[in-house]
Amino acid sequence: MSNFRKYSFLHSDNRAAKIFLLLALSYLLTGLLFGILGGLQYIFPAFLKDSLSFQKTRPLHVYLVITWIFTAAQAGIYYYLPKIAKRSIYWQNGIWLHFALQAINSLIIIAGFFSGSFGGREYLEFPPVLGGLILLSWVPFVINFFATLKPNFKTAPVYIWMWSTGILFFFITVSESYLWLFDFFRNNIVRDITVQWKALGSMVGSWNMLVYGTGIYLMEQLSGNEKASRSRLSFFFYFLGLTNLMFNWGHHTYIVPAAPWVKTVAYVISMTELLLYGYIILQWKKTVSDARKNYHILTYRLLSIADIWIFLNLTLAIAISIPALNLYTHGTHITVAHAMGTTIGINTMLLMASVTYILKKESAFAFKLNRKWLSRGIYITNVSLLIFWSSLLASGIVKIFGKINNETFFYIMQKSQPFFKLFAYSGICVFIGLGILIAITFKIALRKKQFDAIISQQHVTAGPAQIINLKE
Amino acid sequence: MKVIIFLILFTGYIAYSIVVYTRGTDSTIIYENKEKEQINKGKLLFQQYNCTSCHQLYGLGGYLGPELTTAISDVQRGELYVRAFLKNGGNRMPNFHFTNEEVDALVSFLKSVDTTAITYKRH
Ligand code: HEC
Ligand code: HEM
Repeated sequence: MSNFRKYSFLHSDNRAAKIFLLLALSYLLTGLLFGILGGLQYIFPAFLKDSLSFQKTRPLHVYLVITWIFTAAQAGIYYYLPKIAKRSIYWQNGIWLHFALQAINSLIIIAGFFSGSFGGREYLEFPPVLGGLILLSWVPFVINFFATLKPNFKTAPVYIWMWSTGILFFFITVSESYLWLFDFFRNNIVRDITVQWKALGSMVGSWNMLVYGTGIYLMEQLSGNEKASRSRLSFFFYFLGLTNLMFNWGHHTYIVPAAPWVKTVAYVISMTELLLYGYIILQWKKTVSDARKNYHILTYRLLSIADIWIFLNLTLAIAISIPALNLYTHGTHITVAHAMGTTIGINTMLLMASVTYILKKESAFAFKLNRKWLSRGIYITNVSLLIFWSSLLASGIVKIFGKINNETFFYIMQKSQPFFKLFAYSGICVFIGLGILIAITFKIALRKKQFDAIISQQHVTAGPAQIINLKE
Repeated sequence: MKVIIFLILFTGYIAYSIVVYTRGTDSTIIYENKEKEQINKGKLLFQQYNCTSCHQLYGLGGYLGPELTTAISDVQRGELYVRAFLKNGGNRMPNFHFTNEEVDALVSFLKSVDTTAITYKRH
């Protein structure tokens, strides 16, 4: 490990947290690559059809990008924990154990997908044992989280509630998604599918808790106001989000012939969660002073961009939760637009806000030198994402009309081709935008130590006024 | 107060889960043992070949290929059509070189899914 000492970003107490961050970014980068291959398979039917067909590219993409989301959230939590608890991480080697277990598991899963070994369940398309291993790799994280924080839930800020909830429900929902291993579930397709939708819907809620909690923590840090994260409004929002996590999954099951009340329960509490989160960000933006906003300008901008995506996706989500519409949108690319619009536009932007915040904290000067490129990366990502998202919506609409007119699948696919092209090519641009952010982060992280030492000598005496000057 | 609200919600969640597992998803369809075995075999093949990456059942799965919930009873498709694809693959769908028994099992599975799809057929 002495090798790390060469690199200033990695040479500090929270080295393990930062290595986790780089691991998370590696998941994102590779996940994006497989997403692009999958996109190309939409427009070139024969592309890699026999060697690496969509049967493999899709699970590789989905597994890796989902893993990016929770690993980046965990990396942030590892980094923020000592600052919140004001003591060092309880079990430092636990982080390394977590890292090792997760990295090994990922390699097995990826190798398995390449060789065609599947569990064949949506999202968790790897063999069930490996799902168990994912949970096992989380154990050191859980121990560190609770033993470092020793949270007192009566007084804890809302983000600690959110992180704890996210962890608890990740364990519950991953376990629930394996209930099909029992005959009672497996032999009844309606039960199996309903439970699977239930588990996956809440699982998405569980990592949203981890990510949104991180967003709120960052807002607290940027505004310097600790009251907001303990306010009634924040907790009202948290409980609403929790209610959604627990009961809202049913909007996925309108077409499953389960009992009708499953659907009614879902509809009543649909999607109010995003509305409030959007509202909280809006409120928060009013409270941030200009000096702080400018000092953390990229982090601030990313949080604001996430807010725009919240409103775009919220409009879509409310529309597709209406049962009469859901009947048509289900099984079209509108669902994919919803899935990727939220995981890229909201989750990835919030997590990138966390990445830029950590970079700035750790290597302010190098960060400043690379700010232009980071800005460009953010810009390219979001402009292309808007096209990407719209093209998915458009191909969804083509399919809806196709279904109404009883057209064949083949004909609908043909009519959607222009939009699939737009989807695949704008996807490549999303990759370029995020690729810039990833590359710059690695560049800053792996910079040699001597360079930083000279720089920090110049700034060691800088007071707040000078620090704010760094903003340009 | 917060802890109490949490506990109430959590209890509700557990109770709701149990009800969903048992009451909400009860089935009235009863199969003979041999049929059951065949369906189960088809289901495992469906998972083993990760059909879900390209196909949806009740909206769950990837979108490159068609939704299969009602493939068997669909007037435009039907059992023979389904068998043809399973035997040969398609334009985008790979040929998995299934044996006849495997095709039979997959078809039984898809048939069993189809018989539950009352909400689909109503529309
Ligand atoms: C790589 C993606 C992919 C995988 C994996 C895949 N399929 Fe397909 N399948 C398709 C596509 C795409 C079509 C439409 C025809 C075409 O373009 O090849 C199709 C057509 C079908 C059809 C014809 C139904 C219709 O509506 O046209 C059936 C039945 C079918 N697949 C069953 C299966 C089963 C069962 C499996 C798993 C053993 C499977 N498929 C795996 C992509 C896939
Ligand atoms: C941060 C970046 C991304 C995230 C978090 C992400 C996330 C996801 C998720 C969650 C799904 C599953 C959707 C569902 O069926 O419910 C998905 C599917 C998919 N994504 Fe992405 N994605 C990202 C970027 C991309 C890019 C750049 C491309 C390039 C074209 C891409 C291509 C695809 C394709 C082809 C699918 C499969 C759609 C289908 O089922 O037919 N993704 N992605």
